[in-house]
Amino acid sequence: MENNNLIQLDNVERIYTVGETQVKALKGISHNIHKGDLLAIMGPSGSGKSTLMNIIGCLDKPTSGEYFLEGQEVSKMNKNQLARIRNKNIGFVFQNFNLLSRTTALENTELPLLYSDVPSKKTREMALKALAQVGLEGRELHKTNQLSGGEMQRVAIARALVNNPSLLLADEPTGNLDTKTGNDIMAVLKKLNRDNNITIVLVTHDPEVAEIARKTIFLRDGLIEKVKVNGE
Amino acid sequence: MNIIKTSKVALRALGRNKMRSFLTALGIIIGVGAVIAMVSIGQGAKVEVEGRFESMGTNLLFVRPGSRSYMGRHGGGGTYTNLKEADAQAILENCDAVKYVSPNVNGRAQVVYQNKNWNTSIYGVGSSYPEIRNWAVEEGTFFAESQVRSSQKVAVLGSEVSENLFEGEDPIGQVIRINKNPFRVLGVLESKGESGGFFNRDDMIAIPYTTAQKRLLGIDHIQSIDVSAISTTRTNEAMAQIEELLRIRHKIAPGAEDDFNVRDMADIAESASEATQILTILLGGIASISLLVGGIGIMNIMLVSVTERIREIGIRMSVGAKERDILLQFLTEAIVLSVLGGILGVVLGVGSSRLISHFANMKTLVSLGAIALAFIFSGSVGIFFGFYPARKASKLDPIEALRYE
Repeated sequence: MENNNLIQLDNVERIYTVGETQVKALKGISHNIHKGDLLAIMGPSGSGKSTLMNIIGCLDKPTSGEYFLEGQEVSKMNKNQLARIRNKNIGFVFQNFNLLSRTTALENTELPLLYSDVPSKKTREMALKALAQVGLEGRELHKTNQLSGGEMQRVAIARALVNNPSLLLADEPTGNLDTKTGNDIMAVLKKLNRDNNITIVLVTHDPEVAEIARKTIFLRDGLIEKVKVNGE
Repeated sequence: MNIIKTSKVALRALGRNKMRSFLTALGIIIGVGAVIAMVSIGQGAKVEVEGRFESMGTNLLFVRPGSRSYMGRHGGGGTYTNLKEADAQAILENCDAVKYVSPNVNGRAQVVYQNKNWNTSIYGVGSSYPEIRNWAVEEGTFFAESQVRSSQKVAVLGSEVSENLFEGEDPIGQVIRINKNPFRVLGVLESKGESGGFFNRDDMIAIPYTTAQKRLLGIDHIQSIDVSAISTTRTNEAMAQIEELLRIRHKIAPGAEDDFNVRDMADIAESASEATQILTILLGGIASISLLVGGIGIMNIMLVSVTERIREIGIRMSVGAKERDILLQFLTEAIVLSVLGGILGVVLGVGSSRLISHFANMKTLVSLGAIALAFIFSGSVGIFFGFYPARKASKLDPIEALRYE
């Protein structure tokens, strides 16, 4: 089957068992995401956004249903295989940046390469290139506590990019930033999507952020409520 | 992830927390240092004791009377008075593995020179005493066999006595009084220093045993005989010859118990070095406990550090660190800490054993074996106590770890 799908979700369910009670966070999600897409996932708290993002990001596995990433069935993989997929195919950008403290921008960006097969001598070069891509030339050796929020988020994006992943997952990337800085970050993401053809999935509850996406998925109670294509 | 990358990650993580890393390693530093210093004290004591016995002469034999028993009651060693001067003479003449003999009688006496006086041990010995005991005369001469035969009132001083009575004055030719009998000083023995404990071997005066018997003790037996075998290899032969001879001379029926006993230096040296070996084990054992406590300290801090760094672990997992990578990172951190601690501990241990020997005037000996052992032990402590926290870290769930505040 020839297709252009990066992500194929087929009736994905995720059930948490807390003690005796079972909580259905996802009740059967089916959706395909094309290569080079820029997609937003929206929904109120408790709608299953985070759970869905964890599954797409290979941090978690569906309880039932199938998930294919670039044709590989992720839902059947073990922990080590998932770690490898996260390392090679996926880059994360978090709301609270999640950088290592007291560590330079460069070292933070190099981090994914330490867990890959990239030889040690090439890691620095690749990290510098990724930092340049997000506009941080000259700030490489600054430690994280010497950087502003916007700069920290740029470092996080550089870290997500460094391994040339096919998918970039951003969880509320502007949530901890002021409006202007947030817009700058969104511009960086949009540029990466347009120029480098990186598929981006955004999780947000800010309609303005979702605006830049081509398509928005609305979740409610663990199900897709509606899909809106922007500009319609 | 290969070893080089893992070590790099571990070193960076340790470098971010230099103070904590140092405090963690401190337990190991002190533990290893203590083991090395303590064992070096024990080893030093052992070498010192062996050296002392060496200096007394390894071909030395002692003949002492056995224990007298009367109606089944034993009086303890040396209570017989049946060892005579003639026995000593017979040993020298009849046993061909024997080179020198010196009959001995001992007592204590008040010694007076002009207005000074001193209480010391009086050794009544034969003229070959310096050869047997490997003890040179520093000034003057020792008394000759003819002076022993004629029971002359001559004396040779130990260096401690010489210092106390003469205080720098030349003692040779002076007359001292031992229990009111005048004795002419012939010479001074070289200093041997204290043997273990409170006993100072230089606090003594040697006089002819014949004179001691008559003038000081009023006895006609001798208390022991020092014998020197021709060579170290012939001490056993000499021992057998002496036993055979004395059994005949004392008319002991075959099968009956000896009324004397002969011991050689090796027996005595062995039991003494056994005692210091026990000392070494004891000191090393106590110090090992501190090494163990140091290891527990590493585990403790590593556990705290895992909790403190849950977010970091989550970040690493989210960018593709496998369980094994996290396990190896934390394990490597523990091993690096304990090995670095081991190296510093070796430096500390060697340094403090130098200081001890310098300031406490105690002989210490740092053996390579002790260093290697402490080092290997500290490395294993790192692996052993680092494994549990490392495993705990690697089993974290990435989602929960990322959410951890």
